[in-house]
Amino acid sequence: MSLTRIEILGPILVSVALLAIWQCAYWLIGDIALRSPGQTVRFAGELLSRPTFWPHLVETAKAFVAALAIASLLGLTIGLLLGLGKTAGDVFEPMLIALYSIPKVTLYPILLLSFGLGLSAKIAFGALHGFIPVALFTMNAARNVRPIFLKTGRVMKLSRWDVVRKIVFPAALPEIFTGLRVGFSLTMIGTVLGEMFASQRGLGYLLMNAIGLHHVDVIMAVTLMLVLFAAVISFALLAIDRHLHKRF
Amino acid sequence: MKPIFLLRLLVIAGFIGFVEALCRIGIIDNFTMPPPSRIAADLARALASGKFNGPIRATLLNAALAFCLAVTVGITAAVVIHRLAALRTSLDPFFATYYAVPVLAFYPLLIILFGLGSAPKVIIAFMLGVVAVIVNTLNGLDRVPRVLLKSARMARMGWFATATQITLPSAAPFVLTGVKFAVAYALIGIIGSEFIMSTDGIGFEIAFAYNNFDNATMYPLIVLVMIISIIVNMLLSIWEKQLLERRGLR
Repeated sequence: MSLTRIEILGPILVSVALLAIWQCAYWLIGDIALRSPGQTVRFAGELLSRPTFWPHLVETAKAFVAALAIASLLGLTIGLLLGLGKTAGDVFEPMLIALYSIPKVTLYPILLLSFGLGLSAKIAFGALHGFIPVALFTMNAARNVRPIFLKTGRVMKLSRWDVVRKIVFPAALPEIFTGLRVGFSLTMIGTVLGEMFASQRGLGYLLMNAIGLHHVDVIMAVTLMLVLFAAVISFALLAIDRHLHKRF
Repeated sequence: MKPIFLLRLLVIAGFIGFVEALCRIGIIDNFTMPPPSRIAADLARALASGKFNGPIRATLLNAALAFCLAVTVGITAAVVIHRLAALRTSLDPFFATYYAVPVLAFYPLLIILFGLGSAPKVIIAFMLGVVAVIVNTLNGLDRVPRVLLKSARMARMGWFATATQITLPSAAPFVLTGVKFAVAYALIGIIGSEFIMSTDGIGFEIAFAYNNFDNATMYPLIVLVMIISIIVNMLLSIWEKQLLERRGLR
């Protein structure tokens, strides 16, 4: 894959422009509500060296990893079931899409009441966000597997499980990966969002707590960390995604 | 198409009946969730009393404002970006990763900057929606038939006239997909930020009811939010489908 000069230089220039806007905004507004990019990075480094910060980071990481695992497994299972069963797919697809487009935050109190205030409610909320794209992409991918592959499987008298494992899954892999990539982002959004409401630990809690204390440093540093983490991982996943789609 | 629709209704009715049964038997206790029949009755009573008219109006007004901003800014930006190929190549990776970033994490920063009013909520909802409008409009502009653009040139139309009379109408079905996302994101952004920290709106009322263990208010409002957003999204999907069918695109 060869990139042209503009494809490399362009995004770098845009990043520089964004930093410049941030710096100018800081000069305009001042210390009351903003920090400069330099100050924010320095404070983020300082936060990372504080022992009191790590429990929050670990809490968010734990919730996120568990939610991602549940979202992936649940999404794959539902997606394969709905993709291979035609009627089931037709019945449930609009419901999944509806669930995708409603403000799911409002469902969070229900999860809090069912799971209690703590890690499991956050995990459930993250998974609730993440499983939908995984299921939708997997379902469409399983539906679009070329019929000749499935016929070959039937001719070879493969069991249903073997058909899924050896034919549907490999054939649908690029699409499934796209679903997992989107699921990754949404799980992270869900986990952080859950922490921002009624939580006692985690990065989302730190953000909300800092509003009351007017800790602009904390808000900017934590926001920067979250945005950078999400952007870098999603960028890497996007590269793998494009590679997979090109190969098939 | 009809039997599928019936089957869907049956599945939903079965699910509601199942939850109702669980609540009645006591497997789900009433502190966690009241039975669906009671939620429906509470919702009817709450709506009839009119005490939530204020919050509902606040939420819908803010969402409408954010939606209008996202659509106007998004379409204008897309038209400009479409004309500048270098800018587009530079911005593409940012568009591709944009929705991986938890936009609501910016909410605390916006509260510090603009105070706890409508402004930070509208900005969050705008930020969520605008990129979907840009990306889909760009996609639509890419698919404008060459011959239409050539006709515009032959009629000596300026770039503004070409944009408003040729390219945008031709790209309309794709723009509408972006608009549909902008509606969903406007509601998600406004209600989400109201829910996290705010002083008014449906999201705030739900959070308030949660903090007071007031299930008789909380569950009806949650159901109300779901009904509003599902109806809005369904109407837009129907409109989008009609537009695409007329163009023979689906």
